[in-house]
Amino acid sequence: MSASLYLVAMIAVPAIGAAAVAALPKERGLLAKQVALGVSLVVLLLAVLSTMAFDPDGDRFQLTTSVAWIPDFGADFALGVDGIALVMLLLIGVLVPLVVAASWHEADAGPRPARVFFAWLLLLEAMMVGVFAATDILLFYVFFEAMLVPMYFLIGSFGGPRRQYAAVKFFVYSLVGGLVMLASVIGLYVVSTSQLGEGTFAFDALRQLEIDPDVQKLLFLGFFVAFAIKAPLVPFHTWLPDSGAEAPIGGAVLLVGVLDKVGTFGFLRYCLPLFPDASRYFAPFVLVLAVVGILYAALLAMGQSDMKRLVSYTSISHFGFIALGIFAFTTEAATGAVLYMVNHGIATGLLFLVVGMLISRGGSRQIGDYGGVAAQAPKLAGAFLVAGLASLALPGTNSFVSEFLVLIGSFPTRPVFTVLATAGIILAALYVLLMYQRTMHGPPRGMLLADVHGGDPTPGTEPARSTEPAQGTHPARGGASAATATVTAPAPARGGVRFADLSRRELAVVAPLIALIIGLGVYPQPLLDLIEPAVVATVDDLGAPGGTDR
Amino acid sequence: MPAEGLLAASWLLIALPLAGAAVLLLGGRRTDRWGHLLGTATVVAAFLLAVACTVQLAGLDGRAADVELFTFIATGELDVTAGLLYDPLSAVFVLLITGVGSLIHVFSIGYMAHDPARRRFFAYLNLFVAAMLLLVLGNSFVALYVGWEGVGLASYLLIAFWYTRPAAATAAKKAFIMNRIGDVGLALAIFVMFAQLGTTSYAGVFGSVGTLAGGTITAIGLLLLLGACGKSGQFPLQAWLPDAMEGPTPVSALIHAATMVTAGVYLIARSAPIYDLTPTARAVILAVGAVTLLIGAIAGCAFDDIKKVLAYSTVSQIGYMFLAVGLGPAGYVAGLAHLLAHGFFKAGLFLGAGSVMHAMDDSVDMRRFGGLAKKLPITFVTFGLGYLALIGFPFLSGYFTKDAIIEAALDRGDVWGWVLGGVAVLGAGLTAFYMTRLMLMTFFGRPRWDDGVHPHEAPTVMTAPMIVLAVGSVAAGALLVSVFPLADWLAPVFGEPAEAAHVVAPALVGLVVTVVMVLGVLTAWLFVGRREVPVTAPVRVSPVTRAARNALYADTVNESLFMRPGQWLTRALVWFDNRGVDGAVNGLAAGLGGSSSRLGRAQTGFVRTYALGMLGGVVMVAGALLAVTAG
Repeated sequence: MSASLYLVAMIAVPAIGAAAVAALPKERGLLAKQVALGVSLVVLLLAVLSTMAFDPDGDRFQLTTSVAWIPDFGADFALGVDGIALVMLLLIGVLVPLVVAASWHEADAGPRPARVFFAWLLLLEAMMVGVFAATDILLFYVFFEAMLVPMYFLIGSFGGPRRQYAAVKFFVYSLVGGLVMLASVIGLYVVSTSQLGEGTFAFDALRQLEIDPDVQKLLFLGFFVAFAIKAPLVPFHTWLPDSGAEAPIGGAVLLVGVLDKVGTFGFLRYCLPLFPDASRYFAPFVLVLAVVGILYAALLAMGQSDMKRLVSYTSISHFGFIALGIFAFTTEAATGAVLYMVNHGIATGLLFLVVGMLISRGGSRQIGDYGGVAAQAPKLAGAFLVAGLASLALPGTNSFVSEFLVLIGSFPTRPVFTVLATAGIILAALYVLLMYQRTMHGPPRGMLLADVHGGDPTPGTEPARSTEPAQGTHPARGGASAATATVTAPAPARGGVRFADLSRRELAVVAPLIALIIGLGVYPQPLLDLIEPAVVATVDDLGAPGGTDR
Repeated sequence: MPAEGLLAASWLLIALPLAGAAVLLLGGRRTDRWGHLLGTATVVAAFLLAVACTVQLAGLDGRAADVELFTFIATGELDVTAGLLYDPLSAVFVLLITGVGSLIHVFSIGYMAHDPARRRFFAYLNLFVAAMLLLVLGNSFVALYVGWEGVGLASYLLIAFWYTRPAAATAAKKAFIMNRIGDVGLALAIFVMFAQLGTTSYAGVFGSVGTLAGGTITAIGLLLLLGACGKSGQFPLQAWLPDAMEGPTPVSALIHAATMVTAGVYLIARSAPIYDLTPTARAVILAVGAVTLLIGAIAGCAFDDIKKVLAYSTVSQIGYMFLAVGLGPAGYVAGLAHLLAHGFFKAGLFLGAGSVMHAMDDSVDMRRFGGLAKKLPITFVTFGLGYLALIGFPFLSGYFTKDAIIEAALDRGDVWGWVLGGVAVLGAGLTAFYMTRLMLMTFFGRPRWDDGVHPHEAPTVMTAPMIVLAVGSVAAGALLVSVFPLADWLAPVFGEPAEAAHVVAPALVGLVVTVVMVLGVLTAWLFVGRREVPVTAPVRVSPVTRAARNALYADTVNESLFMRPGQWLTRALVWFDNRGVDGAVNGLAAGLGGSSSRLGRAQTGFVRTYALGMLGGVVMVAGALLAVTAG
């Protein structure tokens, strides 16, 4: 296969796979899983092949394909990647097979057949690849909106008790953002028509336009709102904790690991190069949102009692770092921000997956229902700790490199914002270690207590549990069928059941991510070499670094 | 110059214990049987390599070797190479870390023999040694930072080693958080260096720091100091160190006495070219050192927990070291000599405390000890020698190294010299008091333990390291001052030792300090040795004693200033985010979109239809595309 077809194949293979999985008969659940795993591994292989075919010092966009799509509008089905998009494709390639493996049993517990889950998952993968690989801005918009559909059904059909509320909220927020962006896309088309004689959606052509600064501001805002909701930046963030908490674990991993990165990717790919004057004009405003988000979301994470909500809030805090890196307008910070997008997907992906494994055992999302897990499940605790340490950006983990680059790169142009953001690393240590201590350390609590006593829980402990109603297990909140959706493992019989350590399947899910966390923490340079040329091109598009700190 | 020979392989110093940790952590229960032996072997091997490297280093011109390993982070203007710098300063730390580390690993074989998680313990200890060696060997501030947070992780894991105890879990978290506060300072210092000088390597920064404005240099100095205070348990970040005693005692000996907590002193000494240019930052170091020295000594007088007393003693002794390095060129060598001597005698004292706990069913309450000298003769003698070295008994380690600090302070020749010297002398008296109190309560008097306790001497694998450290405690001071003068060895780093014009004759200083020390010992005897020690602590005590028992209310201040307002703020924000922000955005959406009930009550019919409609549209578009392409 010619290298130029890799990207097409990365969209087509999972899309066809999705159709095939959906068409399987209901009772062939296992086959559906196997097909999904196989397809996602093929995509990973394609991503690796694309990387090998990619020359970091070559053209900005490589592996390009372009087919006339809607000739009347000058819209093309045009694909191509720069280093930034390429590393995101690698991230997708790595995460999806792991999500498939992690969802192996969870998908069976949903109200719909497992094949439906995996079909949506593969379709989502196709859309995600498309959104990063599109070099035609209308095509980007289509993928941007189409991506919502599979995620909507993943949350709405396979999520927790409040899944419908969460799914609708996710959909409406994203849709509103998308529509505002559509207005700007059309605006760009109009501008290109007047300047170039004929309208175009091709990114490379649009990049050359000289747009009036006031028009830039309007168009910038259209894109910005869509991306700020997607990323999400405070105060556009409130949909994420609901979606992250209610989504099935696999969906949550892809939601914060990849989907949300479309927002920060959009800032870099579209806002900065297309609207350089507006980007400089709005930069202080965006930086305020970024830094407020870092601190505010970190404090909120500390206050959560639901582990999935907690992880969602940590992500909002991390997205603040990414936005800071992008809008600091230096090569170091922007390279760090892109690396951050990859690393966050790996680290928070692992954190979500391990939290999911914990929840599948304990049947509750509430931190208060756990305690002393490390004694019974040391491997699970170890994976949890690695994920947590990566989340707090400990040196030696991948996240350190990206966070360090963002901060050290932002400091020269934006010292005040950087100092405030750096204080966020204390809060990160707090939210990670508080959750780790409460669930893994201390004496056994919750369901473990029944186990340790080796029989029925003593009467004294029973009320203690029921006074802390677990959202995930309380049937009254979401109907009886909803309650079973979160309790994916069979509810442990009172007393007697050991809190099992990671199974082989689960180890196979966490091991690659742990290896990546440490490997990229020690030797990040190969990724940096991929990313840097594209970042330099972006910063060059922006012109001279503008603005001073205020 | 680039390293050759063994020095070129000095990265093995870090790799050996790191590999040990990896094997033990990944190998799981299969390695239970021999894990402790592997863990010890890697550190002993590192020590032997360190000795060989040091010998080779001594023969080099300029006594410095660079080891470039690989490009760690290079993008834009930033270029961080992973590399090591083997010079006289890192060499003494490497010897201390691997030497004392080896002894403590050996001790732990016996001390942890009955712990089912002994393998995990050795894995974490190895991880610590690797990170600590990176901290002192790295050739840039970034490498130092990586090691700096690495030892923080190892410290966290080891304090929380017995994690089922809530106190241990909480102490570990507290240590990590308070360290992180310091780490922010260190990180910001690195950012300033990069922004102003474009580099983070020692060679680059030290070579060009002189071109910066004075205010910038002072800022860098103060930010580095914040980092040093966090790691070294110095005021105002001292409260975590005594709590860290929840970890197993060998951990207290290695990490929280001999090595990690002295990293702050290393950082300041390493950054001497920066501090030499900023008297303001040096003055702050002096103040921190003097204040902490007294806080630690005062708190040490009041606790009944043998490990807590030793912990506050460590806080206080590191205060001496800060005071010394804060003096600048006159004090670097004195501070480092005290650091090395302290590494010997405090590690020995902690291992002795561990031996006592081993004998007393893990009790740490000195009020329940008494008369152990006869039961634990080896422990008594080795601990006693460490005690004498610490209080500065003439011609033992502490006598030389502490006096040198006091002399250097007086040699300033100004009022502050007298104030600092006075504080240091006062501290020496307090040190003699609390350590004598500890000795009397533990080894002398009538036994006060329960009938069920049967004190017994520790096995050889534990006593042997104690004996070695006791010998070191006795001899280190004299060796470092006269036989192998530390000042000459470190001359390539800090310059040739200058002949100081003494304000007060050294002999007189020695005499005064000795007299104050004897007064401290006698006072302790009057209060504790002369009469029966009550088994429970007296409740009706003076406000001074109460304040000392609460470690001068450091925790109270931290809790009421930061922790409780923080919790309150967090709760308020959670409420605000759920009601305020979410409500406002939803309300806005409702205002624009008509009825809020659609979102609020999740009437999903229309959204689902819309979503499917969109999918249909996409399929149609894709179909059209295929048709176009095919046609």
